[in-house]
Amino acid sequence: MSTIEARALANAEQRQRRRNLTPGRIGAWVVLVLFLLLTLVPFLWMIRTAFSTTRSLPSNPTSLLPVDFTWGAFQRVLGLGTQAQAIAEGGSGASVNFWLYLRNSVIYSGAVTVGQVFFCSMAAYAFARLRWPGRELVFGLFLGALLVPPIFTSLPNFILIKNLGLLNTLPGMILPAFLMTPFAIFFLRQFFLGINREIEESASLDGAGPWGTFFKIILPMSTAPITTLAILTFIGTWNDYFWPLLVGNTEQTKVLTVALGVFRSQTPAGSPDWAGLMAATLVTALPVLILFFAFARKIIDSIGYSGSK
Amino acid sequence: MKSANQSSAGRSELMIALVFIAPALVGFLAFFVYPTLRGFYFSLTQYNLLGTPTWVGFDNFVRISKDPLFWNSLGVTVEYVVLNIAFQTVIALLLASLMQRLTQSTLLRGALLLPWLISNVIAAMLWFWLLDYQIGLANVFLEWIGLPKVAFFANEFWAIPTIAFVNVWRHMGYTALLIYAGMQTIPKYVYEAASIDGSSEWKSFWGMTMPLLRPVLAMILVITVTGSFQVFDTVAVTTRGGPVNVTRVMQYYIYQKAFGEGQFGYGSALAVVLFAILAVLAAIQLRLLRAGESDLA
Repeated sequence: MSTIEARALANAEQRQRRRNLTPGRIGAWVVLVLFLLLTLVPFLWMIRTAFSTTRSLPSNPTSLLPVDFTWGAFQRVLGLGTQAQAIAEGGSGASVNFWLYLRNSVIYSGAVTVGQVFFCSMAAYAFARLRWPGRELVFGLFLGALLVPPIFTSLPNFILIKNLGLLNTLPGMILPAFLMTPFAIFFLRQFFLGINREIEESASLDGAGPWGTFFKIILPMSTAPITTLAILTFIGTWNDYFWPLLVGNTEQTKVLTVALGVFRSQTPAGSPDWAGLMAATLVTALPVLILFFAFARKIIDSIGYSGSK
Repeated sequence: MKSANQSSAGRSELMIALVFIAPALVGFLAFFVYPTLRGFYFSLTQYNLLGTPTWVGFDNFVRISKDPLFWNSLGVTVEYVVLNIAFQTVIALLLASLMQRLTQSTLLRGALLLPWLISNVIAAMLWFWLLDYQIGLANVFLEWIGLPKVAFFANEFWAIPTIAFVNVWRHMGYTALLIYAGMQTIPKYVYEAASIDGSSEWKSFWGMTMPLLRPVLAMILVITVTGSFQVFDTVAVTTRGGPVNVTRVMQYYIYQKAFGEGQFGYGSALAVVLFAILAVLAAIQLRLLRAGESDLA
């Protein structure tokens, strides 16, 4: 039998296997669906609980639909309801400055994203495109920073921010990640390396300097990877907990993740305000989920490409 | 002539390059290099955050070697890492193989990625509710099938496996996608050859997929092991180190020492120990898995 025939046979067999639902394939689908349920059911439960009345939850712990449907939990989280109503529904009645925390989260994540992506794309351009002595060495050193665990630099950075008088301020929270992370430079350099040099050279023949080339050629040609990096950076920063807890743990500077931890400890012991808690987590996760649904394909495709993030 | 031209071009581009990397360089020096050096310095001092650091040499490290809470935190962290990495890697490999075999669906991959997008804090809260002793879904289910209820986060035996589970849940889809992406780089002809040879799927998984996947797996392992040694968020919002000391993982212990008890020098020394452990582990893993080479010569 020639190899061509054999290959054709193998292909046909494969196609057949795809069409026929063998017991093995059915079993494989069952396993996949089980993991899918394990992934998604908690989210459904989060939504179902957030629209329930906390006091009624014990009476019907397995109902798929909200128990005693109410917007009360969201009103409690957003500070819209009255204290009496909150307590009646099982909340603590303590006021939550949700809008302030939301503002802080937006400023913290937004500023870090804008600064990091911009300054790292500048640096990545220098590493990918400009010829200068020591380029590989400096790039290697930058990458070396990936090896230092964040906890190790967090302690001295705390002291640094404290000495700068920026403790418990938004600038103090933003600063360390504002100028660079090794990952962002690495990620963008990979893309810049792939841009056709001829385009750049024709631009420089037209009299464009490095700034002109960077802003008019490199950046516009790289909107896709830059958007991907910006989304990943924003989501990552939005989800940060340790660093904002260290340097921003005051009422005025708390971000949502830090506030969530407090919201939990404020709820009455023994009978936590589950509906309020789930409404708070849902609202906190919402911006990230919206970003994901808007850019799902970009985010999914970036995984594997980026490898480390 | 040509080389002279190049070197003059090099000189002129150096100034421009310096301008382009200046902000990143400042960030690198101020927030990576300087704190790294300072971290080592603080570890050799006694420092309560208010006064100035006092040089104590290696006293902190001697104290660490005799600190039962440190050894406890190391043991707890290792237990967590082993459970987390073992389950996460096996499940992710399984999911990736299933996706490879069954479907290219972006929708499915997106769904599996959802837990990774929400923060550790949210994942922890969500499972704190699902695993609640009184009316959490998991315990209602256990009761329904006739098993005793479990106080997942409050039980001395279950607390660490529970925290490991929450983080496996959050990362399994993401890790599966990383492995899946690695599988796409294995050329089709390898499998075609195998199916001609009559090799079973199981055999070709162990005989071909795994060896060819080794560089990808090595990188994933180094990154996930390093990451899970630094577990903090889940512990901080659920058990806070308890019950007793069973969930006081290393990073939480460092946090408590440095910020809770104001022993900043001691906390820094603990961080040095953690750093050293991670460096040694990464080196061992890369060597064992010969990360650089693929069997696809």
